[in-house]
Order: sequence, then C-alpha cells, then structure tokens
Amino acid sequence: MSKEIPDNSSLLSINHSLSTMDNRPLKLSGLEAVTVSPASNFVNIGERTNVTGSAKFLKLIKEDKFDEALSVALDQVRGGAQVIDVNMDEGMLDSEAAMVRFLNLMASEPEISRIPVMVDSSKWEVIEAGLKCLQGKSIVNSISLKAGEEEFLRQAKLVKRYGAATVVMAFDEVGQADTYQRRIDICKRAYDILTQKINFPPQDIIFDPNIFPVATGIDEHKNYALDFFKATRWIRTNLPHAHVSGGVSNVSFSFRGNQLVREAMHSVFLYHAIKEGMDMGIVNPAMLAVYDDIPKDLLERVEDVLLNRREDATERLLEFAETVKGSAKKKEQDDEWRKGTVEERLTHSLVKGVIEFIEADIEEVRHKFDKPLHVIEGPLMNGMNVVGDLFGAGKMFLPQVVKSARVMKKAVAYLTPFLEEEKIRSGQVGKPAAKILMATVKGDVHDIGKNIVGVVLSCNNYDVVDLGVMVPTEKIIEAAKREKVDIIGLSGLITPSLDEMVHVAKEMEREGMVLPLLIGGATTSRIHTAVKIDPVYSGPVVHVLDASRSVPVASEFINPDTRGAFKARVKDEYIKLRSEHEGRQQAKNYISLLEARKNKVKINWNNTFISKPSFLGKKVLVNYPLEEIAKYIDWTPFFQTWMLFGRYPDIFKDEKVGVEAQKLFDDAQVMLRRIIAGRKLSANGVLAFYPANSTETDDVQLYAKDGLNQLATLHFLRQQNKKAKDLPNFCLSDFVAPQSSGKEDYIGIFAVTTGIGLEKLVDEARAKQDDYAEIMAKALADRLAEAFAELLHARVRKEYWGYAANEYLTAEEMIKETYQGIRPAPGYPACPDHTEKKTIFELLDAEKEVGITLTESFAMFPTAAVSGYYFSHYESKYFGLGKIEKDQVAEYAQRKGMGLEEMERWLSPNLAY
Amino acid sequence: MKKIEDILKERILILDGAMGTMIQRHKLEEEDFRGERFKSHSHLLKGNNDLLSITRPDIIKDIHAQYFEAGADIAETNTFSGTTIAQADYHLEHIVYELNFESAKIAKEVAVEFTKREPDKPRFVAGAVGPTNRTLSISPNVNDPGYRAVTFDQLKVAYKEQVKGLMDGGADLLLVETIFDTLNAKAALFGIQELFDEEGRSLPIMVSGTITDASGRTLSGQTTEAFLISVSHVPLLSVGLNCALGAKQLRPYLQILNEHAPFFVSAYPNAGLPNEFGQYDEGPDEMGTQIDEFLKEGLVNILGGCCGTTPAHIKVIAELAKKYKPRQVNSPWSTVH
Repeated sequence: MSKEIPDNSSLLSINHSLSTMDNRPLKLSGLEAVTVSPASNFVNIGERTNVTGSAKFLKLIKEDKFDEALSVALDQVRGGAQVIDVNMDEGMLDSEAAMVRFLNLMASEPEISRIPVMVDSSKWEVIEAGLKCLQGKSIVNSISLKAGEEEFLRQAKLVKRYGAATVVMAFDEVGQADTYQRRIDICKRAYDILTQKINFPPQDIIFDPNIFPVATGIDEHKNYALDFFKATRWIRTNLPHAHVSGGVSNVSFSFRGNQLVREAMHSVFLYHAIKEGMDMGIVNPAMLAVYDDIPKDLLERVEDVLLNRREDATERLLEFAETVKGSAKKKEQDDEWRKGTVEERLTHSLVKGVIEFIEADIEEVRHKFDKPLHVIEGPLMNGMNVVGDLFGAGKMFLPQVVKSARVMKKAVAYLTPFLEEEKIRSGQVGKPAAKILMATVKGDVHDIGKNIVGVVLSCNNYDVVDLGVMVPTEKIIEAAKREKVDIIGLSGLITPSLDEMVHVAKEMEREGMVLPLLIGGATTSRIHTAVKIDPVYSGPVVHVLDASRSVPVASEFINPDTRGAFKARVKDEYIKLRSEHEGRQQAKNYISLLEARKNKVKINWNNTFISKPSFLGKKVLVNYPLEEIAKYIDWTPFFQTWMLFGRYPDIFKDEKVGVEAQKLFDDAQVMLRRIIAGRKLSANGVLAFYPANSTETDDVQLYAKDGLNQLATLHFLRQQNKKAKDLPNFCLSDFVAPQSSGKEDYIGIFAVTTGIGLEKLVDEARAKQDDYAEIMAKALADRLAEAFAELLHARVRKEYWGYAANEYLTAEEMIKETYQGIRPAPGYPACPDHTEKKTIFELLDAEKEVGITLTESFAMFPTAAVSGYYFSHYESKYFGLGKIEKDQVAEYAQRKGMGLEEMERWLSPNLAY
Repeated sequence: MKKIEDILKERILILDGAMGTMIQRHKLEEEDFRGERFKSHSHLLKGNNDLLSITRPDIIKDIHAQYFEAGADIAETNTFSGTTIAQADYHLEHIVYELNFESAKIAKEVAVEFTKREPDKPRFVAGAVGPTNRTLSISPNVNDPGYRAVTFDQLKVAYKEQVKGLMDGGADLLLVETIFDTLNAKAALFGIQELFDEEGRSLPIMVSGTITDASGRTLSGQTTEAFLISVSHVPLLSVGLNCALGAKQLRPYLQILNEHAPFFVSAYPNAGLPNEFGQYDEGPDEMGTQIDEFLKEGLVNILGGCCGTTPAHIKVIAELAKKYKPRQVNSPWSTVH
C-alpha cells in the first residue's frame, strides 16, 4: 500500500530496538493489506471518528449527518492514519445502529475503507454488530478479563471466528492494572489463556497496558509512565509476537488547557514508549509536538516526570507550565477602540461585554440627545442589534450575549433616574416594546434555560416579564392579561412539566386566548408539542429548540405582516408531524408484559459473588468539602448549558467556540474558587444500603438490617418493545438477585445537594443586574451536584459498598462511566416514574437530613440536587425504557396502589397507546 | 485412503472443469428441469442447474464421470446456487438441504467407483458453496450506499443449511468459491465453523476468490493480499482464485498468493476471456500453454477450470501437471489443522 507518513515522521519513524525479525507479523486489511512487523513504523490509529473523543463527530452523528461524518473519517486517512478507530458509545445514541450504519457507509468510500477498522466499544454487542459489517481483518477494541475468564474466552473465540485481531486491556476481575507488576501479571495471564486454551494467534493480540495521567500530585501516580514503559518492554520480550498499544493523550490529562506542555508530553512519551516496543497507538497527530522542536528545558522537565527522575519533578513541570500559560495570556491591553466616537465605543462595549467604561460613555452620549429614551432607542439599541445579528449568524456565543446584556442593563440602570425625571416633566412614555411573559410551570423549579432565553430576548428589545418558577396556570393567565403581553413562553425540565404545559394550553383555550405560546426546556420536543399541546390550543404553539431560536420565532409573531402566515405554517407542520407520528406508532412492535418478563436479563446468580456493603441503613454527610467535589466536575455539560457545544477539554481547541469556551471556563474557575473559599454553598448528602431481592413482578423488596422485616418496595418498569434476538427486555430489577435465587442481595439509594446557599448567591447577582453571574452560579451549582453524586458513587464502589475496591479510573474514564454498577435516578430513561422519588426520600428522610424537598411534580428543590439508586452487579447498565403497553401500566398502578388514570398521567411520555 | 493434505505435498491435484458448460450441451428444456416431481411448481425452473441433481441425476453423474475420466482428482458438487438465498429466485428454498445432500451423494458415488478402479489415484468430492446473488459489502441501491439487501446472520444461516446437506451427503471437502465479496465468504466460513462445532466433526476447507478485472481487486474492492489476510483466520486447506479471468490474466495474482499464502494454493481460471457473444473460446491447448507458465513458476498445488472449460481442457491440464512438482508451502504453523 502507499503509506502516507504523518508530518511528525521524525518522531514516529524511530525504529525500536527489537532486533529479531518477526516471522509472524500482525496482518490486517481493509481494501488493502497492512502488515505490522518490527520493520514497519509505529502504526498510527486515527481517533477522530470516536464520539467519546470528538465533539464534532458526536454532533454529526447525533444530527444524523452521516455524510459529513464520513469526511471526518476521510480526513483521518488523508492525515496518515493507518487504522481507523470507530466508536459510537454515547448514552443518547443507539450505538449499535450507528456503528452498523457508519461502517456500511464507510465501505462505500474506497479511499476510507482502504485501511483497516478498529471497532471500538465498551459493549460487546456493538463490537459484534460492527464485525458483521467488515470484510477486512479488523481490530477489536477491546476485550479484557474484567468480567472473568469465561466471558473473556467467549468473546476471544468470537473475535477469532470473525477474523479479527484484538486489543486486550490490562484489566481483570479486580480492576485496572496500575502497577508494573499488575500490568505484566494480567497481560501474561491473558496471553496464556488466549494462546493455550483457544489457540489464539499471538500476533493478533495487542495489549493496552493502560496509559494513566502523571504529574497529578498524587505519589502513587509518579511511576505510571515508567511502569508503562517497563511493562511494554516486558510484554515485547516475554510474550512472543504480541503487540503493545495505548491511548496517548491520557498521560497529559493533568495539563489540560495547556497545549504546549501536553503536546510535548505526548511526544516524549511516545519517544520512550516506542523505544521500549510500543508499536501501535491512538494518537491525535494535531496534538503532537515534533520531538526535536521541544525546548530543552521543557524536554528535561517532561522527562523528569515521565521517568520519575526527581522528587520535585511534578512541581518543576507545573512551575514551567505556569510560565508558559502566563506568557500566553499576558495580552497587551488594546485601548485603540477608546479613540472612536462615543456611539462606536458603546457598540464596542456591548459587543465585547466591556463594563468598565459604560457609565462614562452613557453620561457623555446623554448630552447629545434631547431625551434619555433616545439614548436607548438610538445608540444602545443599535449596539444590541449588532449583538443580535452576530448571535443569529453564529458569530457570537451565549456567554458573550449574556455579558452584553449585563452591559445593557447597567446602561439602562444609569439612565433610569433621567427617564423618570423626563416622564414627570413631559408626561410621555416611550413606545412600548413587545412583551413576552416567561414562566417555569407549576411543579418545576428549573430555570437556567428560561433565564437564558429571557436574556437573549431582552437583548433583542423585548420586554420580558419573568414570573419565575413553579408558576400555576391561573397566575400565568392572570399576569398575561394584566401585563397585556404579546407572547407567552413556558419552560420546564422534568417530564411531569410536559403535562402541566398541556394543562396551561387547555386553560388558555378555555379562556378564549389567542396569544402565541412558545414551549421550551430540556424534556420538551417538537414532536411532543405537535402531538400533545398543539391540538388543544387553537392559537399558535411553537416548540423553541434553544435560546438562539427564540428571537426569530418571537419576531415572526410580533410582526403583523408575518404573524398569520407563520401561524398557518406552524399549524400545518404540526399536523403533518402528528400524522407521521401516528403512522410510526402503528408500525412499532410491542410484546406483552409476560413475554417481556420471559426475556429478562439473564444473570447466573449461582456464579455471582455478591459483596455486602460496609454498613446497612443510613449514612449522612453534611458539609462535604467542596474542593474534593470540584475535582469530579464533568465540564462538558457546563458548556452545553451555555450553548457552547464540544467536549471538554477539546472544546478549547474548537475553531469556532474555543476562545469563548476558554473565557467562560476562566470565569467559571474564578467563581468556583470564590464559592469554595467563601463556603458560599454547602454540600450535603445521604445514602443508605438495604438487603434486597427482586420479585417476580419487577419490584425490588427492601428489608430491614436483619434481612427479615420488609421495609419498602421499589417499583420498576420493563421494556416492552420487540427486541432483536439475544437482546433482553431490560428492567432495573433484573440487576438485583431474585427471591428465588435464595441469595441476599443489596441495593443502595442516595440524595445529594450542593444547592444550599445558592439563593443568596443568586440574589447578590440580581442586585447587580448581573445575569451572567446568576446563570454562572446556577450552572456551577448544578455541576457540583452532579460531581458530588459522581464522587459519592466512586466512594460507594470502592468503600461504602466496596464491590470494586481496587478500581482506578481517570477523570475521563469516570465521565465515560467505564466502572461497574450504575446509579439511575427516577425520572430518567431507565425508570421514568418520578413518583418513586417519594419512596427514596421517605427512606432517607432527605428533607430533614440534607434539606432537599420535593415539589408536587417531584422536582427536587434546591435544583442542584441528584438522587437515585445504586446497583452493583457488573451486568447492570443504563438503558431507556421506551414505550410501554397498557397491560404493564395497569399492573404497575396496581402494584403501586395508584389509580390507572393517575399512573397514565405520570407515565404519559412512555405510553405506547 | 491417504489424506488429501499428504497427497498435496507429493503432487499437484486436479479439480474438474465447468459444470454449466457441460449442462448446456444437453440443450435441456423446462420439462427436463421440472421432472415428475416439480411438474406443477408455480415458477419457471429452466436454468436452475442445481435442481438437475434431483430431476436429472443421470446427466450430473455423467458429467462427474467425464471429468474423473479426463484426470480430475476432485469433483465439485452441482451446488453453486444451493442456498435458500439463491434458490429463492425459483421459490425452492424448502428443498435446499435435499438438493445439497443429493448432489454430494451422487458425486460421491461416482468418486467411489473411480477410486475403486484406480486406488492409487483416490477421487475426492468438494462441496461447492457459491457466493449467492446478494452482497454484504455493497449496496444494491445507488441512492443509499448504507443499505444492505442481506445481513451477515441471514447469510450465515443459509450457508450452514447448505453445508449441512453437503456434509451429510458425503462431501470430502468444502469449497467456498467465486468469492466476489469477502464478507459473504466470512459469513460462510463463520457458519461452517459453527456447524463443525455443532456436528463435532470437520472437513478441510478450500477458499477461492474472484478477481474481477485488471484492477486486481475483488468486486468488493479488495486486493488479492487483503483478501488473503481477510480469510486467513480459518485453518484452510487451500486458498486460490477462480473465474472472471483466463489463465493468463490470473497469473500476477497467483504470484501474490504464492508469496504470502500459508496454505496450499489453487487456481481454476476460465477458458480465456469471454468473446463478443459471451462465450469462452480458448481451446484446451491454448489454455494449456498459459497454465504451463504457472507450473514452471511453481505457483500452485491445485489446478482446474472454470467457465468454458470441458473434459478436454482438464485432460490437457492434468497431463501438464504430472510433469511438475507442487508448490512448497513455507509457513508450517498454519497447516496444522
């Protein structure tokens, strides 16, 4: 084949020192052959077609833009990848379907399918589905001894039968190998099993001995890189014909955000690893320095860290990292714009969100106009129009817009006394702007999204009347009439809010209102709006996907010329959506509850070792240290809140949003430090473990500590859609040992919050008209709550329950949820019934112990809170319940002692009928 | 009887020639294909050559005999289209097992007869497993390149059913042939291995791909070497090439197999390239001259003919092969079965 050598060939072409010619090379194929032998260079595995590693790729797949996704693959091939890694492991994706579709499409592109594929998934079903699409000899990524020898052998046999090679992770029943000895022990064991028991060709084994982050400040991590090098050498010397690979970017995880240091670390790591015999690797060529170009002082410090050459290696590299970070940041203050006209300066301040000169500039410009109102209608609105246009064109991003709004509010606040004065003097009021009422519906307390929409609308000259959260229908209707609003916007995050919105629409219809109704919020959707809300209201109803869509939609309704046509168009579109939806409904296949139960997850409980939690009953954690919690923050959703899409930390390199993401992140760090240092928020949590067994009817029975007295019953729902062969109809209760097994199993429940104190922070921000700070505080509190839940889950696995005592995970792996056991929450896809929260809260006495209350719709308050269950079985996994049939709903209602109708109302998004 | 692996180390074995070409000579009509049994079958059956194993076994047995007579060591069963997927065109999915069983059985009867006559030259029956008329790597719909008309699992099941019939009917070997889409072949090999596990016995497997044109690639786009790598996970008896090209055009790709294959190598080219009427008109001597080239280079272990070849061609090839030593297989580890 024609081998394209990547740019950094000086690094990658280092021949490693194994001198004997291997007569059993690893042979792979796409449309063309690839041979990996000591004579070949390091094999570069392309990693961008991986939804867990590339935000761009994930977005394309999620949006069903497979054609564009193919071009990502093509770029990889053209960029010199010799194998292409494809990974579709994302919670919201049908990973198996996405894998099959993408591989089939890749097969139609000869330039891409030229090279072999690495089928990458943590789910065996996805790997197997992928192998069935590949004519060439591929690589499986990965299998391991994690779930025991039997499963390992079963998968390895299939790998062989499908004609693939495989990555074997240094992972066993105990956990991931993190020392030299564990690495070589596990690899040796896996090698012997594979080659001796099933005659697996040794040249088709590629070990991944785990690349972990170094320079983390933790002593045990100091030898991670060195141990990897040593283990690599040992494998290549002692396990004939086997190969060594790994994901290189992990090593520099501690330095995320600092490209210079990271790129150097990757290069130096590869330099040593290749020398020791690593012959393949997942490497992002864009994040790799040329070895020879690394400044000598940096090179020395990086090597000190990787080779653990001095006690203070980490400190010295950190020191260096600070200096390069500082110098990159030290931008000259550019004051050139201050020389423009005052109107230009105002626009500049608004667009750039610069607050320091606004009052002076307003004071100056005020004298140029007869009336203070003209300042708003003139230069300020002109500036905000520029902001609106840039935002609409995707050239400004939400955090910037919110900062612009902050400047605008400050300007208006400065003008207010003059406006009042003018009003008294002339008795005149300015032309009113269009008014929009915003409310989070009854039973729901979430308002970040609503507030963002409010800010964006007010930036576009709308007068926003915000009624806040938990607003009952009567109040919405009364306020709409009193304030003579032009549009009503409803928001909600939890599923019961969907029903509440239908209720609001019905009431508006009854009142004979014709105002446009905008629907938004995380669980709302175009299809729900079309099917459930639109038919009950004769006025216009529109689902607004996100804040950026709110302005164009609102302006269509405000403009008398477009109003009628827009309404007709939307009504029409929703009618079409409804009929399509009905068509689809009929086509879907469901099975009876009894049949679904027969197809439950099959777990051999006889062979299952059940760990007993270290305590039974309740444990309360008050004022948990926030600095500990902050380490567990998953930043990617934080950026999503701000409508910056991309995966942290890669988002900082994103061409479009990278710069803004970095600024937002820096601001977030400042506030986070303030929160932690000033103890502005407190974190409380409560968790409990109980002896438990599942019942024949999908419930889980909890027992008192003695294991005898029944304490409570948790109710779960089972999938009823017709499954492909070998796929079970999941129910969470499947993961708890049944009564019939005769084994005592356990289940955990928990509730945590980091929202105590948030109201005070929000009030402070509001007093300063600082929407930016308000949204930031709420978004951070939400992240901290999730992080607390994650941290607690880790402690549960390793300590409180202790079923995975030796687990070691990097933050990245934690986010990818590669650990054993799950913590699903009522109201989420696997168990969508919110009312089950009641049982959890009663058992935990959560209101008294940690200060979380439930609203009538079972939303938690404070909103920065997480609750749920703990399941420990290694087969337990997250899934979506999907739609269910009436037989189950009726039985479920009976089990719960609730009326069928009431049950149907709570489960309405999940009803298949 | 000596094992075929051992005989292959001593001499070049001869595979038979075309079945279709020989059947054409009989100028059969619809009623010949139907026989008594399928007299009132709802669909036309003319052209379903495989069915003749049931309705005109006399003709098929005679063809096998002619090839053995000409010097063939291995006869291919008359089962090129013997899967439920290929037989669906004739609405005869339900007779697939029987069709394969009968085809293997009659070929085996003829082989046993010849072996009895010439114990030093034992005759073998290779159960022929064709590619089917669907592809796993290529979409039949130009507007939807991600679409597939068949799944891996469907093909696997269809192949298993065919191979079960062949094994039960007495085939000595299996020949997965005329592979234009390697993924189809992988499904066949997967099914075969599963069946071996279930049956608790196995047969040597031969695999033969098809290079479609001078690009040197299979229809699904693979180079010869990529194709070889993609099927090497199975401990094969032989890997080779057949069909689409004549002996002359096949040679460069055989050289690649010769260089890389850790198995015995087979070749059974067409009688040249088709002429403007779609017929193959390279005569036995002409084809022999080309084949002599492979033999001189020591490229092959098994030789025969595909489309357009006849007992006359096989006779020439068999005579030539006697003069040469078989190709040496270099890689000892993978011939361990």
